[in-house]
Amino acid sequence: MMWFLDIASALFLGIGSLLMLTGAVGVLRFPDFYTRMHAAGVTETLAAALILVGLMPQAASGLMFSKLFLILLLILLTSPTSGHALAKAAIHSRLKPQLGQTTVEPLATDTGVS
Amino acid sequence: MIIATVIALMVVMLLALARALIGPSIFDRILAVNLFGTKTVLLIAVLGFLFEQPDFMDIALVYALINFISVIGVLHYFEYNGPERNQGSP
Amino acid sequence: MELFIDMMLLSMLAVTALAIAYLKDLFAVVMLAGIYGLLSASLFATMDAVDVAFTEAAVGAGIFPLLMLVALSITGRYERSRRVSWVALALVSIVGILLIIGTVDMPPFGSPDAPAHTHVAPRYIEQSGEEIGIPNIVTSVLASYRAFDTFGEVAVVFVAGVSVLALLGMAPGDSRHGTDRSLNSMRQHKVLRVVSKILIPPIMLFALYVQFHGEYGPGGGFQAGVIFAAAIILYSILFGVGATKKAINQGLVRFLAAFGLLLYGITGVLSLLTGENYLGYNGFAETATNAQHIGILVIELGVGITVAAIMIVIFVTFSDRLNIQEKR
Repeated sequence: MMWFLDIASALFLGIGSLLMLTGAVGVLRFPDFYTRMHAAGVTETLAAALILVGLMPQAASGLMFSKLFLILLLILLTSPTSGHALAKAAIHSRLKPQLGQTTVEPLATDTGVS
Repeated sequence: MIIATVIALMVVMLLALARALIGPSIFDRILAVNLFGTKTVLLIAVLGFLFEQPDFMDIALVYALINFISVIGVLHYFEYNGPERNQGSP
Repeated sequence: MELFIDMMLLSMLAVTALAIAYLKDLFAVVMLAGIYGLLSASLFATMDAVDVAFTEAAVGAGIFPLLMLVALSITGRYERSRRVSWVALALVSIVGILLIIGTVDMPPFGSPDAPAHTHVAPRYIEQSGEEIGIPNIVTSVLASYRAFDTFGEVAVVFVAGVSVLALLGMAPGDSRHGTDRSLNSMRQHKVLRVVSKILIPPIMLFALYVQFHGEYGPGGGFQAGVIFAAAIILYSILFGVGATKKAINQGLVRFLAAFGLLLYGITGVLSLLTGENYLGYNGFAETATNAQHIGILVIELGVGITVAAIMIVIFVTFSDRLNIQEKR
């Protein structure tokens, strides 16, 4: 039974760390604030939850387990809220999102009807 | 595996710090600080496992709360001052 | 492993400090100061100083940026650029070099021969179990062996709150003219209001847990007071200062700020009356450890009450001043 717990814990920790790294690279490299919020949302909520769930099977006592569970609940409740509040404040401060091109170029085979 | 998580956390903190230093608009910096706070929560929790100290969970819980409250406080500052005062130049 | 963590944290700390000195946008500086507080707390945690990490997290990364931001709302956001003063730079460099030369003679970091580890500290660590009987040695040193120093610290917190009131406080009639602009904008934040309503009672409960659990784990009066004040500040941010004043009478808060300090002092006087030294608790109960527990509990309560009340007073005073300024 112990090795099953160890493998599950290692799996969750591994996936969580990977998601965290990709999220952080995204925060650094994305072109605009709102796209960076997308990347940060992944790493804040999902990666943190996965890492905490990965730590749980290795908890030494019931007290540690319940404290980890409390931290998990708190992060699940507060991270999306602060992300939402941040984006809303940015919109109200008229920080403009960088929009791409929305016009569609006509194909070369169009017969003149645009 | 826990050691790999600690290294990954350190790298993420470094990248968040870079974004806080570069970020052209203020919201980038707030985002970076929020990210940094969440990573610190995880770092303390993982360090608690590494050093076998259950007391670290209390600190991680407090960090999570304080991180949330300080981000809300910062946004309140922005609501107050509105966009005019924020785009002022030095 | 710990060396790697320490090196990474310290280098990030240095980079943050340089950026704080260099940037002119004070808002960014406050954000970076929040990161600095979090990094310091992580460093303290890796050094196994759990109580200090706790306090640094609550104060340095939470309350300090909040209060700084309110102060920035009243003053200005950008630092005026000044010309570099070469005399000042030379003076600071000379003093810095002298200090670094002075550290060459000191014993290495953490060595058991250092003066900090040889005189009083071993006695506290060895005797604390028998004399006081609580697992957390930091609390036993803070609240029993060095209780008089802690009394001074609480007095400093109280004086800071009184100074803020003296400098920024207004007569009770003035604050009614201020508009609460936050009410209009925060009304749209339904998500935030609901989540905060869910969160505020558990935060207060957690503050009580930290207060009374401080003898067995990290915690104590200072940390508990800061966490409690953070919950009230969250409420005040989202629902307006007016609602906070209706919910919690400001006169009561100011009374509580003084009451905590008074409780601390009265405990000392009571110990004098039982024949012990000032703040020596051994006369409160039959056995010495029971008496110490009672004494530590009461003074930690006094510390927690004063710190929480002073933080609330400071924040409400700043916000009142902000409201008045906006109205003008």
